[in-house]
Amino acid sequence: MMTQIVFYVFATVLVLSAGTVVSARNPVHSVLFLILAFFNAAGLFLVAGAEFLAMILVIVYVGAVAVLFLFVVMMLDVRFAQMREGLQRYAPFGAAVGLVLLAELALAFSHWQVAQDIGSVPHVVAAPGRTNTAALGDVLYTHYIFLFESCGLVLLVAMIGAIVLTLRERPMGRRQNIDRQHERTVTDTLAMMTVPLGQGVAANGGFRRPEESYYIASVPGSYGVTADPVPQGKPVEGPLKHGADNHGGLAQ
Amino acid sequence: MAHFFLHTMIGQVILTVLEALAVLVPLLLGVAYLTLAERKVMAAMQLRKGPNVNGPFGLLQAFADAIKMITKETVIPSGANRFLFLFAPFLTFSLAMTAWAVIPTNDGWAIANINVGVLYLLAISSLGVYGVLIAGWASNSKYAFLGGLRAAAQMVSYEVSIGLVIVSVLLAVGSLNLNDIVLAQRHVWFCLPMFPMFIIFFISALAETNRAPFDLPEGESELVAGFFVEYSALAFGLFFLGEYANMFLMSGMVSILFLGGWLPPIGIAPFTWIPGPLWLIAKILFCLFVFIWVRATFPRYRYDQLMRLGWKVFLPLSLVWMVLTAGFLLATGLLPQGGAS
Repeated sequence: MMTQIVFYVFATVLVLSAGTVVSARNPVHSVLFLILAFFNAAGLFLVAGAEFLAMILVIVYVGAVAVLFLFVVMMLDVRFAQMREGLQRYAPFGAAVGLVLLAELALAFSHWQVAQDIGSVPHVVAAPGRTNTAALGDVLYTHYIFLFESCGLVLLVAMIGAIVLTLRERPMGRRQNIDRQHERTVTDTLAMMTVPLGQGVAANGGFRRPEESYYIASVPGSYGVTADPVPQGKPVEGPLKHGADNHGGLAQ
Repeated sequence: MAHFFLHTMIGQVILTVLEALAVLVPLLLGVAYLTLAERKVMAAMQLRKGPNVNGPFGLLQAFADAIKMITKETVIPSGANRFLFLFAPFLTFSLAMTAWAVIPTNDGWAIANINVGVLYLLAISSLGVYGVLIAGWASNSKYAFLGGLRAAAQMVSYEVSIGLVIVSVLLAVGSLNLNDIVLAQRHVWFCLPMFPMFIIFFISALAETNRAPFDLPEGESELVAGFFVEYSALAFGLFFLGEYANMFLMSGMVSILFLGGWLPPIGIAPFTWIPGPLWLIAKILFCLFVFIWVRATFPRYRYDQLMRLGWKVFLPLSLVWMVLTAGFLLATGLLPQGGAS
């Protein structure tokens, strides 16, 4: 009795919030209702005695996937007038997709047959005394280890693909190479200058550090550094860079 | 009497409420005094006196602060989403309380001694990000929003390494039950054989609770006060208490996973006279002291350094350690067989 009440409470809230996900005007509210739906699904798992699945649902979907959803959706700049304009244009297309899906579902369900002797079909049953976490482990890692591992490989390929598709060189990005920073020493970066009285450091190339010191700390190709660092000791040309004879003021 | 509490429905409900109060009342008192302790400890480290006006040694400062927060006006910014704005601090605070249902304070002493206790803790701590994220969005303020986004990225990143560290602990225990995890440390606490994981877990706990040196979501030098810049009065107080309650929770997790929970350091006479809950409290207080010590010692991380530490240092390290643990246990035949619970 109690279980049934709990089931119906969870199921009702689940269906209602799932409906609100689609119908809410504000996308952030949609995501929050999606999270509520996940929670109620986890509650249903608990009612069914699948405590491990319930917790994993909360950890993976609510704790990670929905956070990223919310993260992205919150940053969207939604203009409702523009959305309504789009709605009229895409409504027939959306309706067509919906109809096709509905027809497919109808086809599938009209030919749905349940085997007569479903109870006698052998399937993996947890040994008595095993927790359902251990039973899941038995199924995944003992009986179906190769299928499970290939699922992992498919996901790995998808992950690498996503990284490859979005990775691009940004020449102006400010990147930091921690190892190179640690390799820096005082002699690389600090120069003692003897400055003539009343003339300042302008004649010695201003307040810029020795040219080579930039390349020790920074990543080639990032902001302010040419992709092809200038070799040490070679005279540098250009309006910003100090000439070879100006190095006289640098302590060696 | 015992029959009433254990075998009738009303009795069970009353019993559960009493159990919850037995955990929550000391916890809330602890949270109130942690705010004072933090100010006192940091003052001592910085050669100051800290709060010393209200009551002896400033002991009534916690209550003075509470009364101040309750009596102030709650300001809701225009354009803010009213419901979510007020919901966020309650969520943060109540999540930090909810998690304590599974923490065992002695052998079998937990309100809910469930089989998947560790996963429950992980789930609750991963929900903590919503309070911050929703607060940042509902405030309708760019500083709060930036703070919320930072918090989301940071907490999701560090959860990954927390999860992997927990997996290596679970490999050595063979059960997801928190009671079993503590009992598995009868001979040696996990902080010794898994010392690197202990350190990683502690640092990730700092990041997960948005504490210094990872308090970027509130980084006052750039974001004023980050995600709770628009909050005042009781809502602000709830965020404040939620942060400290989360510190308690993370210290509790460190104590249970690595410092042997309620177990004494060695199971011989003078140590075993002290009851288990006191050992757990002592360990939690030690962790909290380190939390405060770290805050008084280290400057704040820069955001890209924080992400680098999480993804490029902790994640590979904990992943390799997990594989090493599994390999070592398998090679030495120490791998626990089956679900111990």
